[in-house]
Amino acid sequence: MKGLGELERSIMDILWAQGTALTAREVGRAIADRDLAPTTVMTVLDRLTRKGFLTRTRDGRAWRYEPVRSRDAYVAELMLEALDLTGDRSAALTRFARAVSDDEAEILRKALLELEEE
Amino acid sequence: MIAAVALALLASACVVAAWRLASARWTWRAPRIAILLWQSLGLTWGLASTGALFAYALEPYGQGVVYGLHSYLASAVSLGLLGDVRTPYDLSRSAAFIAGVTLLALLVTVLLAAIWQTLMARRRHRMLLSLTAHDDPHVPGVRILDHPGATAYCVPGLRAQVVVSAGALRLLSPDELAAVLAHETAHVRERHDLVLLPFAALRRAIPWSRIVRDAQASVELLVEMAADDRARRHCSARRLATALLRFGTAGAVPAPQGALGGAGHVMARVDRLIKPSAELSRRFRFGVLTLSAALAVSAPFLWLIPH
Repeated sequence: MKGLGELERSIMDILWAQGTALTAREVGRAIADRDLAPTTVMTVLDRLTRKGFLTRTRDGRAWRYEPVRSRDAYVAELMLEALDLTGDRSAALTRFARAVSDDEAEILRKALLELEEE
Repeated sequence: MIAAVALALLASACVVAAWRLASARWTWRAPRIAILLWQSLGLTWGLASTGALFAYALEPYGQGVVYGLHSYLASAVSLGLLGDVRTPYDLSRSAAFIAGVTLLALLVTVLLAAIWQTLMARRRHRMLLSLTAHDDPHVPGVRILDHPGATAYCVPGLRAQVVVSAGALRLLSPDELAAVLAHETAHVRERHDLVLLPFAALRRAIPWSRIVRDAQASVELLVEMAADDRARRHCSARRLATALLRFGTAGAVPAPQGALGGAGHVMARVDRLIKPSAELSRRFRFGVLTLSAALAVSAPFLWLIPH
């Protein structure tokens, strides 16, 4: 039995890979871990929906789930925060180096060349 | 009146000191001590400016700020019941009292709001990481973000996570990567996020204030320097410097809003890694530490004295 976080991750991976909305049963079938109880899959799908990562639509008696945004969109969001380009200058993360503009990058490039030549 | 005047002078002194400290360069030779001084200045400024207003407003009680506030609240509570209330307030004292309460409430609210926002932002960041980042057996203990851009950072907290992008892994040599990780570990160990939090909060509350902006930028740089100093004990300072430059050149973006001066900061860090300047004299360091301690004690003391 995987942890809840890991399960969330595999379910998102399945839905991202599919490209179409899936029912809980279909998600359950796609998961490698066959011992998983159907209710567990339902619970995790529900959690992910409440957290805003999935949307669901009625399909007969079942719900169909699909990701709100693509995987790349979330990675891009993380990256924006990591580079501190969201403009809110929060202290949520500590970064190794801040982003610089193109002109500034030129100065750094020269300095790097000098250091590598020494 | 003495306490009110002393507190007002103390608050002004803090502003002048902050203005000087923001452009001081000795701070780069002893970043940790300078950070302490900044923290002490910030705390003292907050206590002294609110305290000056309260001391003036509550002067008729002749009990100082802390006990004066207590007496004021006690009399306010029993106002209707006993009718035995001293009402020495004129308009200016009332205005000072309201200003003091407002300023204090504002500072506390801003800080609490910043803490809350930071926690929420980290929670979402962690959640997104758990869904999208992966581990790599070659770099144990580090989360890897599948993005071609170069970045390395840590999500602070009780279970801090160090994150490196795929682009950064390609960019750096193994030695440089080790240096970057040592730097991030230093941030985690020394809880630099907690140092930055109040300054970031103040900056968001008063974005137009130049002195607040300078103070925050200054503390940000000092925190990076402190992490560099700790990292270089475990890795090559030169590799840390080349890693910094490589990041700067690779991570170039068209026009980062509000992120200007990045190159200046990077060059300052590179310079002190390559050519470390002599340590500050023991006397100077002792003097700064004493000043920080004296400042931190002075405002609470003035809140307590009765005049």
